[in-house]
Amino acid sequence: MHPFAISPANDAAKAIAAHALDPELAFIAGGTDLIGLMKDRAVLPERLLDINGLPNMARIEALPGGGVRIGALARMSDVAADTEVRRRFPVVAEALLFSASGQLRNMASIGGNIMQRTRCAYFRDETDGRCNKRRPGSGCAALHGLNRNHAIFGWSESCVATNPSDLAVALAAMDALVIVRGKAGERQIPLTDFHRLPGGAPERDNVLDRGDLIVAIEVPASVEARASHYLKVRDRASYEFALVSAAAAVATDGGRISAARLAMGGVAHKPWRLTAAETGLRGISLADVDGLRSAIATSFVDARPLAHNAFKVELAQRVALRALQTAGARL
Amino acid sequence: MSETPKFGGAADDKTRSGSSSAKSRVEVVSVNLTVNGQPRTMTIEPRTTLLDALRENLALTGTKKACDRGECGACTVHIDGRRVLSCMTLAAMQEGNRIATIEGLEQNGVLHPLQSAFIEHDGFQCGFCTSGQIMSGVAIIVEAKAGWPSAASADVRTPFTLADLSRAEIRERMSGNLCRCACYPNIVDAVAEVVARS
Repeated sequence: MHPFAISPANDAAKAIAAHALDPELAFIAGGTDLIGLMKDRAVLPERLLDINGLPNMARIEALPGGGVRIGALARMSDVAADTEVRRRFPVVAEALLFSASGQLRNMASIGGNIMQRTRCAYFRDETDGRCNKRRPGSGCAALHGLNRNHAIFGWSESCVATNPSDLAVALAAMDALVIVRGKAGERQIPLTDFHRLPGGAPERDNVLDRGDLIVAIEVPASVEARASHYLKVRDRASYEFALVSAAAAVATDGGRISAARLAMGGVAHKPWRLTAAETGLRGISLADVDGLRSAIATSFVDARPLAHNAFKVELAQRVALRALQTAGARL
Repeated sequence: MSETPKFGGAADDKTRSGSSSAKSRVEVVSVNLTVNGQPRTMTIEPRTTLLDALRENLALTGTKKACDRGECGACTVHIDGRRVLSCMTLAAMQEGNRIATIEGLEQNGVLHPLQSAFIEHDGFQCGFCTSGQIMSGVAIIVEAKAGWPSAASADVRTPFTLADLSRAEIRERMSGNLCRCACYPNIVDAVAEVVARS
């Protein structure tokens, strides 16, 4: 790795001020994404501020009314093992357990998980000059390259990569809030607005500014949350990014769907919520497979597959259907 | 807001524009930690991984460097009792931490039961992944005893106990440790035997 300086932070306000002032400074928590990016020379910060010692940021709190508040420094494995998270939001626990490996889950923080760079193999490749994320304006090698793993929704000519976070997909389905402290105090960002589509600025993965520190993620209670499920389809049985994944949650009334939530991973630069399908699913019986399939299909009319990933359009609909059915079986 | 954070050996470098001078000197930090029960002090560059510090500064070469990218698990060690990848961890962030490596597993000259089980079940050929496999295997039994579910668990909503640690569970939980000799069935046998005796 390149030479850098490191210092422990013990005060959040000072850490935020330092990050706001110093463009060459990066926060480090678990480090599992940042250290990999530094080894790939994709990011080269001159100074690291170790935020692991910041107080009261690793707690997992069951909130009155059925939600949970997860401190940004809580580790993936601790959140996945938490009894209340598993009971109230099985989709969140499952998304975490299908992520990375046991060793990485012990290290990686929740805040860092949603900060993972949206990336593809061309982004990681040090030798290929064409990546608008690495070098803005250099072009996109994946757009007309090998793009089997890439996006089918929301991509631009500048970037066709997908976001790697499984957790973010589950949190998008649950309408989670990212609690951020910045120069002007604390604010809440809906998870679905946290990550960006590439547009003309694919080097920006999310809406955070300099001096912003994620302090927690809040998952609000919902009637659908307990009947929820995360389904991940990948090329290997374990320890692999999603080809396609789905977070589903459902509630019924008199045997018919009263509310459904569907979000997908592996299909876009950010977690992709199937809002048209969610609306169309209302009133349909969970036993009416053709009806479920038709409702889900309404969210795929605007899919734009690339040369090598047309299979994802069909696969994603099947994954969404099976995730919804498995969630429904938990009612 | 008061002063900005101090950065180790660069703390006296107040000029933010002086990046070239910062680059021209070698930053070093001193770290106190416990390795296999022994207090140790290391003077290292901030960019040194825990893996490199263990091997190069402390001469503990049982922990292996293979991919150096968090992909293979060969460098698995325990920090404060939890299995982690030492190649994806900075040594400078380990102040006060308790590290355990494969060298610390035996007690009074007696191998850990999982080390013996790896020999008994022929759980390795070339041996390069073995210390990582064993450090991971020891940890998954602790994790299962603590009630942690996995992606192989039937239902995350229900309690998990050591009795649920099936071969499928072991395979899933060990998936972060690759073996290019493909000793996987024998590795699972070794872990399963220790689970059965636990």
